Amino acid sequence: MALLTFDTAHKPKQAYASMAVLLAVMLAFPFFASQFGNSWVRILDMALLYIMLALGLNIVVGFAGLLDLGYIAFFAVGAYLTGLMASPQFASLLESVVNYSPALGDSLVALFGEDIRANGIHLSVWVIVPLAAVTAGLFGALLGAPTLKLRGDYLAIVTLGFGEIIRIFMNNLNDPINFTNGPQGINLIDPIRIFGVSLAGEAGSKATVYIGGFGMPSVNAYYFLFLLLCIVTIFMTSRLQHSRLGRAWVAIREDEIAAKAMGINTRNVKLLAFSMGACFGGVAGAMFAAFQGFVSPESFSFTESIAVLAMVVLGGIGHIPGVVMGGVLLAALPEVLRHVVEPAQQALFGKVLIEAEVLRQLLYGLAMVVIMLYRPAGLWPSPRKEDRPAAALAKEEEEEAAA
Amino acid sequence: MSATMTTPLLNISGVNKRFGGLQALTDVGIRIEKGQIYGLIGPNGAGKTTFFNVITGLYQPDTGKFELAGKPYSPSAPHQVAKAGIARTFQNIRLFGEMTALENVMVGRHVRTRQGVIGAILRHGAARAEEAAIRAKAQELLDFVGIGQFADRTARYLSYGDQRRLEIARALATEPTLLALDEPAAGMNATEKLALRELLVKIQGAGITILLIEHDVKLMMGLCDRISVLEYGKLIAEGLPAEIQKNKAVIEAYLGTGSTH
Repeated sequence: MALLTFDTAHKPKQAYASMAVLLAVMLAFPFFASQFGNSWVRILDMALLYIMLALGLNIVVGFAGLLDLGYIAFFAVGAYLTGLMASPQFASLLESVVNYSPALGDSLVALFGEDIRANGIHLSVWVIVPLAAVTAGLFGALLGAPTLKLRGDYLAIVTLGFGEIIRIFMNNLNDPINFTNGPQGINLIDPIRIFGVSLAGEAGSKATVYIGGFGMPSVNAYYFLFLLLCIVTIFMTSRLQHSRLGRAWVAIREDEIAAKAMGINTRNVKLLAFSMGACFGGVAGAMFAAFQGFVSPESFSFTESIAVLAMVVLGGIGHIPGVVMGGVLLAALPEVLRHVVEPAQQALFGKVLIEAEVLRQLLYGLAMVVIMLYRPAGLWPSPRKEDRPAAALAKEEEEEAAA
Repeated sequence: MSATMTTPLLNISGVNKRFGGLQALTDVGIRIEKGQIYGLIGPNGAGKTTFFNVITGLYQPDTGKFELAGKPYSPSAPHQVAKAGIARTFQNIRLFGEMTALENVMVGRHVRTRQGVIGAILRHGAARAEEAAIRAKAQELLDFVGIGQFADRTARYLSYGDQRRLEIARALATEPTLLALDEPAAGMNATEKLALRELLVKIQGAGITILLIEHDVKLMMGLCDRISVLEYGKLIAEGLPAEIQKNKAVIEAYLGTGSTH
């Protein structure tokens, strides 16, 4: 990792050069990848969403040291919020409300207009994104509140429970009032529309998005949006990390009692960590819903929480570039396997011996074991030159001799 | 003794603390004048650290009256105690191990600074100015305790004595009026103790009152302005070091009584 560095404090030139190169590669990549089919760009789109999730979880787990096994719940909150607020779903919600209590139904119609009876609510992306962030943030604080006195295993179990509760709610909140449409999920979610341009492409355009006279596949358009959001997330989380709040989070992770004694209101600061982490999860969820056009409880299972946690831990817990790398590796891995392994087996043995999904689980497990044994701080951990005091000292002497 | 009684910096009385069946503190009080170095001694298990934890809000007392600089303060939460102006160190060092020495001290500035999420993300003028002030103050404190050259070292790789100093610098960063040190000389050799002593006098010179728990009676006698002695959770003596040295109850507490054997 000597060539790529993001250490702006110590090597600003190299860091900004690395960023510029990376950005150029990232911008060009979908055009290259779409030569081999749009499905590859689609994989990248999902990888970017996972990176956003991993970065959000990194605030909670990496900075504040609070093990959260139910993080996917915030992703679900953002996704279902979008499902409810940008699809015909609100019409069936209203129908069930009218059956249940006509007066309440009438007041909702009076509030939002007659149109919602037939078409539901269709908020614009500019409203959805902040709304998803705030709602997920509130849920984050809601989860955080009962866990404030818990640590380690106990915290993990409570957060795990919370993740499951949300998923089970999604599965069952279709009666008496139909919020989530139950296990069938919410369909026909509006694609994202920015300044009048639908990122899914207009009807009859074969999913091609035209900006000015320039056309590109829909997946590429989403790619650029998600890339932008990822960059914003990286920017915000790294600024948070190097701030008074970020230090307070790390202080709590390192020694909660000492942090308290230094005057940190650990209750508020921990709640803020849960909330901030959840915000990014909520926005990622909103994007996911609009991108897929469909959400169902299946997408938010416990294994998804574990997958996001694995990205953080495998990449480099608490280190933003590491977390991004973990996200890329683990999000792309199953898709690459699906595209490569099964055809390869087909060609070699004439049939598929090990399914990609099974192989993915195997490799996940293997990767985690190997990483924990040989690189417990992750593949790309935070640089700390004093990790080897002797080496650091030798380097200092070298520099002095050179000067 | 001066004729006019000034308000003591710390005035605590009637503290009781019970852990299940164990009465850890019985009607303990303390009165520290501003600018003093005040010692709290006692045999192992006498309740010194318990009393310390009560003062700094880590344990909740069953009863007790607490005043800092004439104003009542509530030791219900450690962060409020820190805000009120009492900073502490720990018997077994509790640094933020993975952070650098400088960052450790910067954390100490938390309670006297205010930037939140917006300031952190936008990094506007006020936020940048505050951050620079935090950094400058932290470096200044590291220099003050004599480990300025290790600012960028990870805290857990510092030597034992330097970790003790770092803990003191971190506590000073909260701008305390009272600095409470729990056995700062534990595990130090004679040279380090001498240096610690110099540091404490320097802190006193900066106008900060010090409350000190220590086992090393020799160090305490030479350093403290006044001393209290605890045994089995009760205060058995209070006075000038010379008085404490001659106090019969204190000698018995440390050496045992001769008469019964």
